[in-house]
Amino acid sequence: MIRHTIGRLAATVFIAVVLAFFTLPMLWLASAPFDATPAITTSIPEFTLRNFAAILDNPYALGSIRNSLIQGGGAAALVVVLAALAAYALSRVRIPGRDVLLYVLLLLSSVVTGTAAMVPIFELATRLDLIDTHLGVILVVSGGLLPAAIFILKDFMDETPTTYEESARVFGASSLQILRHIVIPLVRPGLATIAVWALASVWGGFLFQFILLRDPDKAPGSVILYTLYTEGGSPRLDLISTFSLLYSLPVVAMYLFVSQRYGFRFHGGIKR
Amino acid sequence: MNTDAAGLGRARAAGFVLPALVLIGVFLVFPALWTIYLGLTDYRLTGLAAADPQVVGLGNYTRALTDPRFLSSLWLTVVYVGGSAILGQAGLGFTLAWLLRTRAGPLRRAVEGVVLLSWILPSTVVGFLWFALLDRDDGTLNALLHTPGLGWLLDYPLLSIVVFNVWRGTAFSMMLYAAALENVPPSHLETARLAGASVPQQLRDVVFPLIRRHVLTNLLLISLWTFNDFTPFVLTGGGPEGRSEILPVYVYNIALKGGELGVGAAVSFLILLINLVFALAYLRLLRGRRRAAGRPPA
Repeated sequence: MIRHTIGRLAATVFIAVVLAFFTLPMLWLASAPFDATPAITTSIPEFTLRNFAAILDNPYALGSIRNSLIQGGGAAALVVVLAALAAYALSRVRIPGRDVLLYVLLLLSSVVTGTAAMVPIFELATRLDLIDTHLGVILVVSGGLLPAAIFILKDFMDETPTTYEESARVFGASSLQILRHIVIPLVRPGLATIAVWALASVWGGFLFQFILLRDPDKAPGSVILYTLYTEGGSPRLDLISTFSLLYSLPVVAMYLFVSQRYGFRFHGGIKR
Repeated sequence: MNTDAAGLGRARAAGFVLPALVLIGVFLVFPALWTIYLGLTDYRLTGLAAADPQVVGLGNYTRALTDPRFLSSLWLTVVYVGGSAILGQAGLGFTLAWLLRTRAGPLRRAVEGVVLLSWILPSTVVGFLWFALLDRDDGTLNALLHTPGLGWLLDYPLLSIVVFNVWRGTAFSMMLYAAALENVPPSHLETARLAGASVPQQLRDVVFPLIRRHVLTNLLLISLWTFNDFTPFVLTGGGPEGRSEILPVYVYNIALKGGELGVGAAVSFLILLINLVFALAYLRLLRGRRRAAGRPPA
């Protein structure tokens, strides 16, 4: 009994340390935007809302959040729909070489999204006339996210029992109906998780957006954030911290909404 | 799982997979093949070889493999992946999932909340946050520890990016293991405990066999992601003196900064091969009885 209590106490201390470790870097985001003279050091702010007025004066700030919404939302929707269809089919039908194919695509996706494929991707986008379009960003990032999305969703699909589908079939449901009314509700937390994951990756992404978009009117917030410097080249901490906070709110809000409504988990299985 | 319960049939299944495959084919496989081809040429960002690249065969590969900078970068990457992904993210993620499993209430929600928040914040924002934390002159960490002037990013560049990546990525592992542990029937653990099994014994003999598949998925994905993670560049730029120049940053420095696109492409292909070795090693280690043991009992 004593051993148990000590164990639990040690666990609580450990959890508290972890909590502090994860909170510490975020404090700056909570204090600097409200500080009249923000510095690098986190401190109790000399409270002001002037920084928010200043960032709204920036011609690209609000528009860039809209661009992020278009690009991130578009990519998330595309990834969820295409990955769900593919994962379902791959989970239910034996296609020769299925696992090898998935692993190869997964390997390619993590390598190709790096810096080496920048040139081919830029040339490809130029030839397909996708430079300076939202669609270009959406298609390129979706191509990189899809393999992992299919991989994770296939695990969800594998964990759902097929008995429901069998009985629906007995009653004459078509396969699209089965997918829509039986499988999708069962894996909904997975779809929600993939949507949040895809949107969050695009939301913070820099490299592709930077090379595919020349027009600052189309640039997302992650690119605009790096333009908030003085003419001398030093960072404008007031604008950067304020815009960082504003730019983080939509993803956090979406995560909260999705996890409340659909649940948020990275692996399937029916909850016991 | 291959019973085709939904009556899809091969043709319709192919129709379901096709849209994703087309998109992947055009925007992933095609650039990948192009990159492999570039790796065999002397293609450069500027100059004569930019207009008319010549095929140089395996020259880029022999150059990379004999470059001490590549070898040290490879070693740094192995330490980075081992420290931040395998020990850090998977280890901490599992520990948190295990400890929080039996708890409810505000503490659990707070921990899950901040861990997820650190994962969901935009990477560009996160870069600035860690700058503010680790800055040499005014950083919050130095203020807290009373160590003014300690340049974490200069003196401990590898440690800094390892800790950074643990902070950034633990959420995925924590979530995955939390879901996996729900598949472990509490009665099994109870029986093991009554039989006098210690916690490590319970983990080894009861929990691990049941979550083998989750461990495989987790290690595979986080290793791949960490191996190809470019974010540390924001913090250290690979420096000082290449002491945090992991392979993706090395590729960037060679290909885009140094303009040698051909060599950069060749190194990318080498990274692909190394990733393949990682993936095969996990598959071998964890395959075993995973088909039989990995399924939760119905």
